[in-house]
Formats: sequence, C-alpha cells, structure tokens
Amino acid sequence: MSTQMQARPADEAVARRLKIHILRYNPQDPASKPHLQLFEVDEAPSMTLFVALNDIRDRQDPSLQFDFVCRAGICGSCAMLINGRPGLACRTLTSGLGERITLAPLPFFELIGDLSVNTGKWMRGMSERLEAWIHSGTGVDLRRLEERMEPELAEQIYELERCIECGCCLAACGTARMREDFIGAVGLNKIARLRLDPRDQRTDADYYELIGDDDGVFGCMSLLGCQDVCPKDLDLQTQIAYMRRKMLRAAVFSRS
Amino acid sequence: MKVVYTDVLVIGGGLAGLRTAVGVRRRGLDVLVLSLVPAKRSHSVAAQGGMQASLGNSAMGAGDNEDIHFEDTVRGSDWGADQRVVRMFVNTAPKAIRELAAWGVPWSRVARGSRESVVNAEKITIAEADDAHGLITARDFGGTKKWRTCYTSDGTGHTMLYALGDQTIAHGIPVLERQEALALLHEGDRCHGAVVRDLITGELTAYVAKATTIATGGYGRIYKVSTNAIICEGTGIALALETGVATLGNMEAVQFHPTAIITAGILTTEGCRGDGGVLRDVDGHRFMPDYEPEKKELASRDVVSRRMTEHMRKGKGVPSRYGDHLWLDITGLGRAHIEKNLREVKDICEYFLGIDPVEQWIPVRPTQHYSMGGIRTDHTGQSPTLKGLFSCGESACWDLHGFNRLGGNSVAETVVSGMIVAEFIADYCETEGGDLSIGTGLVREFLERERQRLDALLEGTGGESATALRESMEAVMMDKVGIFRTGEELEAAVQELQDLLRRSRNITLRTKAPGANPELVAAYRVQKMLKIALCVAQGALLRTESRGAHFREDYPQRNDRDWLNRTLATWDHEADDLPTIRYEEIPVTDMELPPGFRGYGTRNHVDHPDTGARVAEVEKKLAEMPEADRFGRQQALMEYESLLPEKYRGRNERLTERL
Repeated sequence: MSTQMQARPADEAVARRLKIHILRYNPQDPASKPHLQLFEVDEAPSMTLFVALNDIRDRQDPSLQFDFVCRAGICGSCAMLINGRPGLACRTLTSGLGERITLAPLPFFELIGDLSVNTGKWMRGMSERLEAWIHSGTGVDLRRLEERMEPELAEQIYELERCIECGCCLAACGTARMREDFIGAVGLNKIARLRLDPRDQRTDADYYELIGDDDGVFGCMSLLGCQDVCPKDLDLQTQIAYMRRKMLRAAVFSRS
Repeated sequence: MKVVYTDVLVIGGGLAGLRTAVGVRRRGLDVLVLSLVPAKRSHSVAAQGGMQASLGNSAMGAGDNEDIHFEDTVRGSDWGADQRVVRMFVNTAPKAIRELAAWGVPWSRVARGSRESVVNAEKITIAEADDAHGLITARDFGGTKKWRTCYTSDGTGHTMLYALGDQTIAHGIPVLERQEALALLHEGDRCHGAVVRDLITGELTAYVAKATTIATGGYGRIYKVSTNAIICEGTGIALALETGVATLGNMEAVQFHPTAIITAGILTTEGCRGDGGVLRDVDGHRFMPDYEPEKKELASRDVVSRRMTEHMRKGKGVPSRYGDHLWLDITGLGRAHIEKNLREVKDICEYFLGIDPVEQWIPVRPTQHYSMGGIRTDHTGQSPTLKGLFSCGESACWDLHGFNRLGGNSVAETVVSGMIVAEFIADYCETEGGDLSIGTGLVREFLERERQRLDALLEGTGGESATALRESMEAVMMDKVGIFRTGEELEAAVQELQDLLRRSRNITLRTKAPGANPELVAAYRVQKMLKIALCVAQGALLRTESRGAHFREDYPQRNDRDWLNRTLATWDHEADDLPTIRYEEIPVTDMELPPGFRGYGTRNHVDHPDTGARVAEVEKKLAEMPEADRFGRQQALMEYESLLPEKYRGRNERLTERL
C-alpha cells in the first residue's frame, strides 16, 4: 500500500506516457499469429489498468479483447499477467507500475482471445469434479429456526469462502504447469472450506476420494506461488498443508 | 439453422436467475441458463452489506417481524410499491435466508453476552441473549426500524452467489457462459424463447422454450458513473421493450447510493453507516442530523443522497479535481471491527484510494446504484401482456420497491422472487397454455432478422461511432436525469437522446471481423441502451411530482392526487424515437398501509381523495377486532397469502414466536 500512497502525489506531476505491450492473438481468426503490440496511453490520475485498457479499446483498437465485470476487485474476471505476474487488472493502479507495462493472458486456461481466458469453464469443471457443494442429507423446514452455528466457526468458513475463483493461483502454480488435471489451490481451498462446514456431511474418506492423489493435494510441491499472488490474501499454504495431513490420515486409517 | 429446445430458458446467471433455475429444476423441468459472464462473476457478487429478513434474533432486532419489515418497505417505496407483493416478499425472506443457510452461506451469527457497538457516533453496549447464541445476526441499515440486515462480513452477495452457484451445479443445470440474447422470439401475445449470440464465436442460436425468464439486473450503466458492474447495461430489459408488446414499469425510478468513492464510483456499503459511520462536510462537521434529526445518516437512500447534494450545493462539499465530494468517516468503529465486518471496504479504500479507512476519511458522493424500474410483471413474475415471458430480480418491476428501494432489500428480492416466480413458471409450463406452439418458420424469420441487423451494422457506412454515442448518452443521463431533476433539463435530455438514437442507426465499425468482436457488441448494445435511457428520461419528464428517488425541483411535492400510479412504457414500432407512456392506477382503497408521511425526508405531499376514507376504514376494522393477533389483523386489512405458491405459505418461527 505504501508504494501506492507515495505514488499518488505523482498524479499532480507531469503525466507519463505509458507504453503498454499487449500479447495479441485471436484463435478464431486463422490469419492471427501471437505477437506483442505496443499501445501508448497518456496516464491519468488514479488510472487503473481497467481504465487504460478501455481507453485503448475505445480510442485505438476496438478489436482488443479483455474481461472486466465488477471493476472493483471482487468478481475475479480480469486476472492477467501484469509484467509477468498474475494479478487483478481492475485494481492495479498504473501509478504503481513503471512506464513500460507488459500484459499477457493468464496461462493454464483456455485462451479466448488477447487477454481474455476461459476461467469460468475451468472453474465449473473443477466444481463438478470435486462436487464442491454442501452435501447434506436432509431437507430443511424453511419455516423453522435455522440450525445454530458458533459465531467463530462462521467467521472461519467465511475466511476460506472469500476465494473469487480468479485463477491467479493456477497461473502461478508449478504443478499446474506439469499436470493439466491438477486441481490447484482454488480446488483444495474449496474442499478445506467444505470440510470445515458441519453442514457438509462428507467424511475425510469421502474427500480423500476427491483429492487424495497427485492431481489433488499430493500434487502440490509447496512452491507457494499461489499464496504469493492470491489477490484475497488467502492462507493457501496452511490450508494445503493441513489438508495434506488430514488426507494422509484418512489414507492410513482406511487401510488399517 | 441452429435451434435448441428446453422447457425454461433463463437469461441471466445472477442470484435471481440461478434461484429461478434451481426452482424449476426441482419441479422436474428442463432448464438452461444463459449468462454474459461466468455465473459467479455476476453483479450479485457485489452486494456487500446484507440481506433483509425479519428474523429478530439479535438484541437490536428483537421484536422484529414481517409487519415491521412491510411498513419499512412501503414507506421506503414512497407508497409506489404493490403492497401485496411486499407482503409476499416479507413473508418469504426469512425462508429464503434459512434455505441459503442450509446451502452453506456462512451468515454472521449472534454471540451471547455483551459487546461494544457504535450507534449515533456513541459507544454503546449491546447484550445478546443466551438463547439467541449461534442464530443468524443482523446489522442496522437505512430506513429500517429494527436491525434486520443479515450479512457475512461485507461480502454477503459473494457468499450468497457462491452458495447458489454451487447449488446450480449440484442440480446439474447448464449455465451457458458468454452468451448474449439479442431478441425475444414472439408472436402475438406469446413469447417463445430468444435469439442468442455466442460472444466467442459470433454464432447465432435460437433457444425455444415454454417459458422465458429475464433476470439480467439493472440499467445503471446508462449513466457515466455507476456503482454497477459494467455488464449492467439494461440490454436484457430492452429485449422485452423491443417486442413492442411487453411493458416496462417505473423506469424513471433510479436510485443514487449515498456513498460511492470518487472517482471510480465503487460502492462502500450502507453497512458503514449502519455500523456507526457518519458523513462529514468540508469543515469536518457531521451535517446529517441538521437535516434528518430522527434517522440522521440512516434515512432512506433517496433522502440521504438528496441531503448530501443539497449540502454540497450550499458550498459545504470538499473541492477536488474531480468535483465536490463529502467524507464518510468510519474511523470511530475501530480496526478490529473494520477488518472483520468491513474488509471489502477496507480493500477498496486501499487499492483504489490509497487510504486506510481505519484512520482516514473516505471521499464519497451519491452515485447511480439501483434500478427500481424494469419489466412490468404481475405478482407471479409474468408479463401481463406477453405470455410466457417472466422476469425477476432487479430487471423486473413486480413491484416491490416502488420509487425507492431500501438497502438490503435487493439481494433479498433476488432470491425471494426467484423462489416464488420459479413455482409460477413451473405451473405455467405444466398447463395447456404453456405448451410450445411455434413453427420453425417463425424461428427462421427471427434468426434471419437478427443476422441481417448484425450484417447491417458490420457493413454500415453512416460514420457514427458507438463509443462516442455511448459517451454522449452517459453524459446526458448524468447531467440532466440525475438526483435533482427539472422539466427544462429533462426536455433537453429527451431531445438529445432522441438525436443519439437516430444517429445510432448509422454506426460504422472499424473491425469487420465476425466472431468475438467487441466493437460490434458495443454497437448493438448502445442501440438498446438508448431506448432504455429514453424510457427513463421521458418517464421522468412526464411525471410532474416528486416520489422516492424521482425528485423534480419544479414539482417538489409528492402528489398522490394525480400521480399515485405506475408508469408503463412500450416501444410500439421499431422506427419510433420515443417510448409510448401510459399509467396504471395504484388503488388506495385496498392498501393495508394507506399513504402518509414516510417519517424522514420532507413532509410535503398532496393526499389522494380516497386516502382519508381508507385510513378511517383501516382504523375501524382494527377497532372492531381488539382480540385479534397480528396475523388476524393483517388478514382483515389485506389478504395476500393465497397469492403465494403453496409451499411458501405459513408463518416464520422466531425465538419469541414459536410454531
């Protein structure tokens, strides 16, 4: 934060002319070949990459593809490589970056075109594979008082629930580079969240069936790129280590 | 010709659309959801502060019930709401929240014992009862008599959308992402589905369905600055308008939220003020108590936004290079509270403003936030004029919010209306009237028409730029159809928008590529958005009174005598430059709560001639039944329960009201 706060007075100084290099490629167009294209943009006060990219599309190249929805850092649509590092473009202030900026689509996911990737499709597949919803046996009588929950437990669940499925963790993951079916920190965190929730009645043996292999929790090499880039500062390292311990126990006990 | 058949087509993958889809699937129907973006990225995710439901678990919500929620909502609406719909809503909201709890939303819970809180800028101690421990808690929001807004920190929409998104997957419901409906398939007074464009490949597909549901949210993005996500462009509502048959209701009712940050227009939740934050002016003075001694910062949003603007007009705003603003001060709440219950706000302040709201004031000003208007439906969610077309959530006007929505009632409405409307859709599909009766010739005709429209845009040589037209529209709406409105400005706005609409028929694109073509998308959307903008501006021009969020400086009174009605807009012919506006009476004679003073804002209205008689009648009825409980009294004044689907009837249990 401190860097941004220091950078703000620079708004008042002479505006910079940003040199933004964007990796362009449209798989729909047979003539298209991947290449870096340079756009120059006059920096404005409080400019974010959301503002800069829209400015380029509105005034320079209307064919440029990228994804924004909330533009407030909460929906997870706009993850991309910003100077090589996965991050949310919408809340990245240009004042915190150098004059020369390189933008590329998030790796690992299917490319739609330019900076747009199909994270939604992958996340849906992950949810289906992990059955990532509350498995409760019985229906509830909606007229009755709700089930009680300890206030601290609700807070702990919310802490893990804050994942926005942006895909940054997978883009920064060494295992994902080698194993295309790796479920990633996003999937492991989701299972950790469900496991914490008494409303999900599955046991560790059930979760083991879902993540107890090298495409799951045992695939993680603990490089922790996921934690370094998580825009929501989730404690992924702890969750993965904890789940690995629990899944090992489940494996041992299921055999004994 | 690519045609897909289903029972129920849902356009929009936010909370309302997903809850509708789950509901009809549970009734055994085939359902498809179309979404511009992955469902979990919908604008519902941005709801921060919470969802109103009168559980009455926490000490500050003790004694709350449906009756109080009902009154707050009707007063908030400035008597524009359909009171039967409000009753249906307040009775279903507790059920909706309990369903979401069972689906995994980690609602913040009551913790027994004493805790410190801030109310009216003073520290107070709240003691929570033992028997409430572990039940869902609530915070204070504007325009409510009780603390009723249930929440998960300030990520309520996120947790709701994720729980519902996961349920959608659990129910095996396909959500087709990056799909945009371009037109409804319809003939006579019957809707048959939609023509849909794939945003990746550009391919057109006709989706033929027994029932089509539009749940595409609001139209905030016709304004230059809005708290809305950039996909909230009103183009889903425009699908209904462009049929020429379906009607839109109260489009001029547009809400401005008091506290969005400058310059990005990103929301900071009403929970900031609900939890004890205050508004300050250029002198650091807390000014709201001067205007609203009773509710202060927690009057309804329309009132607070107007008071803030009024105060800035007196020269009390804080000047900045982006124009004047005021301060939102939450420093009194303390770090622990902010980092637990207002962490999104803290994130937003850090990333977009470079400030720490624990120690610094937040620069805010009123900003477009919510669309009370939308596709006019009856209490079942169905268009009264176009059968087979349903709508729910923000895109609909059924009409829960009238001319102003209370904070916390929108996310509540998304799920409640989804639950209710899904049942009526399923009923419709199961009756003869819901049978498919569409020939492939009609499908071919509509597909061909849309293809020709796209081709015409791709080949257009008129020289107009979609971006320039859009920027002009946004500026007109900001400058002339904002918080304070005058006839003169509105007249100018309508003329300028008409001119822009005509020019939008002559757009030239620089990118001719088929498939993903953002410029083509911008072009067909701006044509639709201009029609929506015209409905807003023309409705505002003709409504010569002030009601809720619609405030006319030249007609500052709420005028029940002439204007206790709902605005209906249709677009009769494609070549028209203006919507046709009609009105629908809101009868006083069967209101449970006859019109009066809201309890905040300025007391300044003209009574409807029937109001006096209805007030007397209500008093007489209540006097005749001194022994009756609150349910009996309610029932005597305005029956509504028979309107609810059977499965959602019945009382809601509370600690103090056991079943």
